[in-house]
Amino acid sequence: MSAIEVDGLVVRYGKLTAVNRASFHADLGTVVALLGPNGAGKTSTVETLEGFRRPAAGSVRVLGLDPVADRALLAPRIGVMLQEGGVYPGIRPLEMLRLYAAFFPNPDDPEALLDRVGLTHRRTSTWRQLSGGEQQRLALALALIGRPEVAFLDEPTAGIDVSGRQLIRQIVRDLATAGVAVLLTTHDLEEAEKVADRVVIIDHGHVVVEGTPTELMTSTGSEEIRFGAPPGLDTAALGKVLTAPVDELTAGEYRVSAPPTPNNVAALTAWLAERDLPLADLRAGRQRLEDIFLALTDITGEHRAITVDDPAVDDVPGESTAGDRRRTRDRRAGQRRRRGDGPASGNGRPDRPDRGAA
Amino acid sequence: MSDLGTTLPRTTPPIPGGRRRRVAAQTRIELLLTLRRGESVLLTFAIPVLLLGFFSKVDILPTGADPIGFLFPGILALAVMSTAMVSLAIATGFERQLGVLKRLGVTPLRRGELLAAKTLAIVLIEILQVLILTAEAYLLGWRPHDPAVLALIGAMLLGTVAFAGLGLLMAGVLPALTTLAAANGLYLVLLLLGGMIVPLAKLPAPLRALSRALPAGALSDACRGALTLGTVPTHAWIVLACWAVLAPIIAAATFRWE
Repeated sequence: MSAIEVDGLVVRYGKLTAVNRASFHADLGTVVALLGPNGAGKTSTVETLEGFRRPAAGSVRVLGLDPVADRALLAPRIGVMLQEGGVYPGIRPLEMLRLYAAFFPNPDDPEALLDRVGLTHRRTSTWRQLSGGEQQRLALALALIGRPEVAFLDEPTAGIDVSGRQLIRQIVRDLATAGVAVLLTTHDLEEAEKVADRVVIIDHGHVVVEGTPTELMTSTGSEEIRFGAPPGLDTAALGKVLTAPVDELTAGEYRVSAPPTPNNVAALTAWLAERDLPLADLRAGRQRLEDIFLALTDITGEHRAITVDDPAVDDVPGESTAGDRRRTRDRRAGQRRRRGDGPASGNGRPDRPDRGAA
Repeated sequence: MSDLGTTLPRTTPPIPGGRRRRVAAQTRIELLLTLRRGESVLLTFAIPVLLLGFFSKVDILPTGADPIGFLFPGILALAVMSTAMVSLAIATGFERQLGVLKRLGVTPLRRGELLAAKTLAIVLIEILQVLILTAEAYLLGWRPHDPAVLALIGAMLLGTVAFAGLGLLMAGVLPALTTLAAANGLYLVLLLLGGMIVPLAKLPAPLRALSRALPAGALSDACRGALTLGTVPTHAWIVLACWAVLAPIIAAATFRWE
């Protein structure tokens, strides 16, 4: 059993379907990033896991428990950071931490935690006097005060400065090392790349792809070359030279659907050189997560690499084969983390197979 | 997940005193924040004290031969209304809007415990109000004549429940700023029509009937009856009891936590 299990989750607000048959999971000791553009269904998913809303279909389990029906059992074992607010405007950081500490059976030390998030110097200020970044730090501390087994962090670094960002990432990594399952949402690709063990990309309520950042960057990037050049190139002519389709994804951003062999790259650069065209950048083989993200979601509004509403979703490049690889790797990683302990199915439930990117 | 030595046991056993500790911590914070809010202190302490002092010394209200004897019970009713309705409504409205209630919803503090803490904080503030106002009235020359203390306490508790229900009804449905305006507006209307500083007998008959049916008028009648006649009029009990049952039920049915 995973610490977090989302299985065919559907969340609806009236006629609007915010989450549509999303499935993924998160194990103890790992950080999973739910990555997607605004309105993709990230918060709806997390808030269902926190017990704020009930699934319209499908199921969610946290530590094997139903977030709504088993609220009383679950609340002492989870930590939550909402997207914003949640704190009395007139309260001081230490007062708020002490209040929450009193709610939990085995809390962390409020003073030590205040120090850990770097707010000791603001102990006499009230919440409304804190900057946005300082409020985020306190909200994170409140999520951790009860020594949770599972932490839900909704956009933990939104609106925070660089040093605060690094601190929060470090704390998140430390949580995973201590065995906590962390589910965070972000639309910051760099963040997902840096902090997460696994990334779940979600768009229009669908899980588009799932895997470790490395897997996502290699598996879907192996059969294409991407380059930046002036907009409006004659892609048909270039495609003839390279004997592969060339698409202008966004203005000045091109994709050649051919493997990044030295010959192909040489032919491409020669073609550009003949026409005296500058090459802004060239990426072959390993892609940045941002490319995957743009390819799989339609946040540019100008193209849609895949249509998530039709069966073409199964045609994500490398998806079907990478899925099996991914599964094996995850299981191995899980076993490493569980080393020296009893069987994973210790609570009477059969261990469920990893769903991978299904 | 049966493998995590550093965290809690799988099924968290109920911690002895856990409920009491949670309620105590929440009550303490409710009290602290209420007393830290300037507008709340103004409303619950300064205004009742000023009204009692001013109108018992400045004879411009038709309060009869014994101004302090008339005013003191009315001001006690006002104190209950300001704490249980206005102060509670404003605080809760902003807590709802700012996500404080939502965030509390995913801690081990249960809804019933939050309600208990808010109730306890209100009662403790009312006790403080009664002590201050009684001392002031005594200094102004008020003397008890065979007061029905138990009836007075009972009526004030019923009034607290009724007003708290009205306050939560507003806070649970309206946006925070609308709640602020509505609670203050209602406060002013009920101050004038609730028999607190203006005798109900001086109101036009239809208005007087309406006032007696409202919790403010009923609580004023009840406090005045308990302190001057040694008994609370039956109609006041009935009106207070009705509001004390209906207002919280409607509030609970309509309250939106987010």
